[in-house]
Amino acid sequence: MSKLGTLGARLHHGEIGYDFVRNRVIWYGLSVLITITAILGLSVRGLHMGIEFQGGAVFTTPKNMSASVSQAEGYAEDASGHDAIVQKLGDGSLRIQIAGIDTGASDTIKRDLATDLKVDAEHINADLVGPSWGEQIANKAWKGLAIFMVLVVIYLAIAFEWRMAVAAFVALVHDLTITTGVYALVGFEVTPGTVIGLLTILGYSLYDTVVVFDSLKEQTKDITRQSRWTYSEIANRSINGTLVRSINTTVVALLPVAGLLFIGGGVLGAGMLNDISLSLFVGLAAGAYSSIFIATPLVADLKEREPQMKSLRKRVLAKRAQAAARGENGESAGDGVFDGVHEGAAAAVVGPRNQSATRTRGRGGPSERHR
Amino acid sequence: MAALKKGKQASVQSKPGRSLALMVIVIAALTGGMIASGNTTPRLGIDLAGGTSITLRAVSEPGQESAINKTNMDTAVEIMERRVNGLGVSEAEVQTQGTRNIIVNIPKGMNSEEARAQVGTTAKLYFRPVLTTELSGPDAAGTPAPDASDGASHKATDPSGDATGDGTGAPTADATGDKAQDTTGDKAQGATGDTAGDTPAASPSATTQGRAVTDALKADPSPSATASGGASPAPSDGASDGAGDGVSEKLQAQYAALDCTDGSARAKAGEGALPTDPTVACGTNARGQWQKYILGPAAVDGTDVDKAQAVFNTQTAAGWTVTMDFTGGGAKKFADITGKLAQNQSPQNQFAIVLDNEVVSDPYVSQALTGGNAEISGQFGQEEAQSLANMLSYGALPLSFKEDSVTTVTAALGGEQLHAGLIAGAIGLALVVLYLLVYYRGLSFIAITSLMVSASLTYAIMSLLGPTIGFALNLPAVCGAIVAIGITADSFIVFFERVRDEIREGRSLRPAVERGWPRARRTILVSDFVSFLAAAVLFVVTVGKVQGFAFTLGLTTLLDVVVVFLFTKPLLTLMARRRFFARGHRWSGLDPKALGAKPPLRASRRPSAPVTTKEA
Repeated sequence: MSKLGTLGARLHHGEIGYDFVRNRVIWYGLSVLITITAILGLSVRGLHMGIEFQGGAVFTTPKNMSASVSQAEGYAEDASGHDAIVQKLGDGSLRIQIAGIDTGASDTIKRDLATDLKVDAEHINADLVGPSWGEQIANKAWKGLAIFMVLVVIYLAIAFEWRMAVAAFVALVHDLTITTGVYALVGFEVTPGTVIGLLTILGYSLYDTVVVFDSLKEQTKDITRQSRWTYSEIANRSINGTLVRSINTTVVALLPVAGLLFIGGGVLGAGMLNDISLSLFVGLAAGAYSSIFIATPLVADLKEREPQMKSLRKRVLAKRAQAAARGENGESAGDGVFDGVHEGAAAAVVGPRNQSATRTRGRGGPSERHR
Repeated sequence: MAALKKGKQASVQSKPGRSLALMVIVIAALTGGMIASGNTTPRLGIDLAGGTSITLRAVSEPGQESAINKTNMDTAVEIMERRVNGLGVSEAEVQTQGTRNIIVNIPKGMNSEEARAQVGTTAKLYFRPVLTTELSGPDAAGTPAPDASDGASHKATDPSGDATGDGTGAPTADATGDKAQDTTGDKAQGATGDTAGDTPAASPSATTQGRAVTDALKADPSPSATASGGASPAPSDGASDGAGDGVSEKLQAQYAALDCTDGSARAKAGEGALPTDPTVACGTNARGQWQKYILGPAAVDGTDVDKAQAVFNTQTAAGWTVTMDFTGGGAKKFADITGKLAQNQSPQNQFAIVLDNEVVSDPYVSQALTGGNAEISGQFGQEEAQSLANMLSYGALPLSFKEDSVTTVTAALGGEQLHAGLIAGAIGLALVVLYLLVYYRGLSFIAITSLMVSASLTYAIMSLLGPTIGFALNLPAVCGAIVAIGITADSFIVFFERVRDEIREGRSLRPAVERGWPRARRTILVSDFVSFLAAAVLFVVTVGKVQGFAFTLGLTTLLDVVVVFLFTKPLLTLMARRRFFARGHRWSGLDPKALGAKPPLRASRRPSAPVTTKEA
């Protein structure tokens, strides 16, 4: 703890910090690169859609089958007259996928398979999907996605402001693109479970973003009444100030998902648990990245275009130039950081707190506070 | 100033105790409810308990998109429930999901193939003239039904012309009885009751019908030729003639052998019969006894019914009745058939409303009903009338259903998946607890107890929701619950980090908690709202597995807010009074030194006190 704790303290006090906003072009560039790769992957390789999206059947046999994969493939093809894909799962059971068969024909196929594989038909799990089912799930998911996006943009525009809503939206699209891109590039199978995971990312990705925005909103409340910091600088401090929290929450969110992934992938072999957790894992990582590197710098970018913020920037720069002329620049900048950062939280970024900071500097250090 | 401080503390002190007590009461109440109602575990979904789950999608006829609406879907659900549970699968559940899907869940141990066949086919509703009917079942074998018209205690009338004062029940039938007897000749034997009572097999020589059967027994059993000619209802010489000629020997044999009290026999009765052929069928009469029928070819189709409604008839004091409106073509067909039937004697003045080869009602008619609408009256209860109206409407539903997905999970795999889900959850929880312990040390005690409270609340509510709203825990829901561990822990982290920030400012713990809380609270609310929004939208829009997941996520997000407000915060307030935390013990996770509190901590509380008052 202590290391991360100290790091937290130093971030909090502004002793250290990474200038996310100033270096944003690098991160924007990186994201654009990743996004292009993802889109390329999507268009060139396409998504490997699971059986649920084509229609067909998945049969899962009991554990410890003696039949080999190729034998089972032969049986399945004989029984159905279609190509079959057979996987041997971790516990020795066979997963037989047959695309393109009618749900009505499945019972006979199941019986034939049971005879061939010498197991009781009652013990074979069957998942039969009509050709339009996956499409329907996907359509509904798209619809849900669209509705959610609209609602969330409206909500964020009301709770914060439209610039933040736009930035959060961009970050969200970014996360989703990356996640689907990874699926296309790696060639993971897309199942309804994947869709579920993807939709959950929505909530999560925004959760992180919202927390950073919340702190940003607090700190910039009375920003125009001071002339020490530009919007970008305060935005940067917000990110740094919430960095430890972001890391913690991401780790804590990823841990259970990792547990799921381990069990889903390692023990069950394949299935719903695995699918959900895989897309969650990818999406969560992308979400944590985007809320820090994309969303907030984007807000800063948008904000800096406001006339008010432009004039603020001018004032700040002018003041700094002045201060530099007086030759006391370095110190004041270093000192001011932490006061500004957490003070901003209260109603008074600039009010009493700034005064106290000034006083502190004027009368010589912390003793003033302890009086 | 001292007084002021004391007052403030007093108010702070009284609150956490109350919130915690409330929380304890809530948990105790939920647990009590769980035990009292006997639902100590959540109901498991098909994928965890084993069984078959069928998803059907409604398909409307071209140009009738609006047919997929709530009323029609509910009617369809009712019919399907009836069909599936008619197989003896009383635990099968049928419910709508989304706007156009119906989910049928059949628990393990049931014949899922048969059930699939049942729900998958389109319902067929026909109006067929009754040719013969009698009580069916072992006890009815020897004893003729004392009152065959009993099955026909329902009466179909023209609502407008009902005022003519037709009596209900048998009298009407008797009045036309003589006439009917003349036309049917010796085929229909004597009094109304006897016709029903004579099973052809039992007394072969007594009637011509019987003779037909005996002939059949001698002849080779492929006599369908005799059936078709007379069977068509078109000729004006009436259904009575058709009855005798139309009923083939084979059908007679089937009829004789039919035992309606036997479920599987019932399900097979009249299987595969074309609407244009006569058939046998079963139904229950007003006393709940099984009755078997030989029915003529379908005279009116279910789709000829435009609308059917259960109405409480106040004018004629008939009680609950069912009114039917026919379409143009339907009205004509109905007028034809009722005109013919009205001339017959009982039971051949009855028509049977047959749904999926089961007679759901067999009203008699005493006059041609030409108005394009009709009213079925009798001793209906409200539910009975409603249900009949629904069935009639269902025949008119321009909907068919397609199987979208069928999942069969063996109990073994279900158990395994449940097991895996629980292990995954345990691993996830353990990892989170471990991380919290390492990072927050003493503070993690609060986080971990909060997680436990959250988990127990989730468990109790899920258990209770099983019977109340039919919530079933399926694999995606388990997944959602596991993912929720992270979301819940997130709120604690937001709060703790806020408090630590305040400590870094140089505040002592108690004011740090009180100052950090309002801000943490806002952040938690805003971000939980977004999570909840996502879950709510998913729940409303999507179907199937996605919905289960969204439900759990939404539930746990709500609980997260409840727990943070009513448990975590008050607990931290209480704990802040303990020396271990207040003094910032190095294992408390709140050690100002380790946190790098800004003004080096010299005297423990002195310096921060003025700051607090100033800020507040």
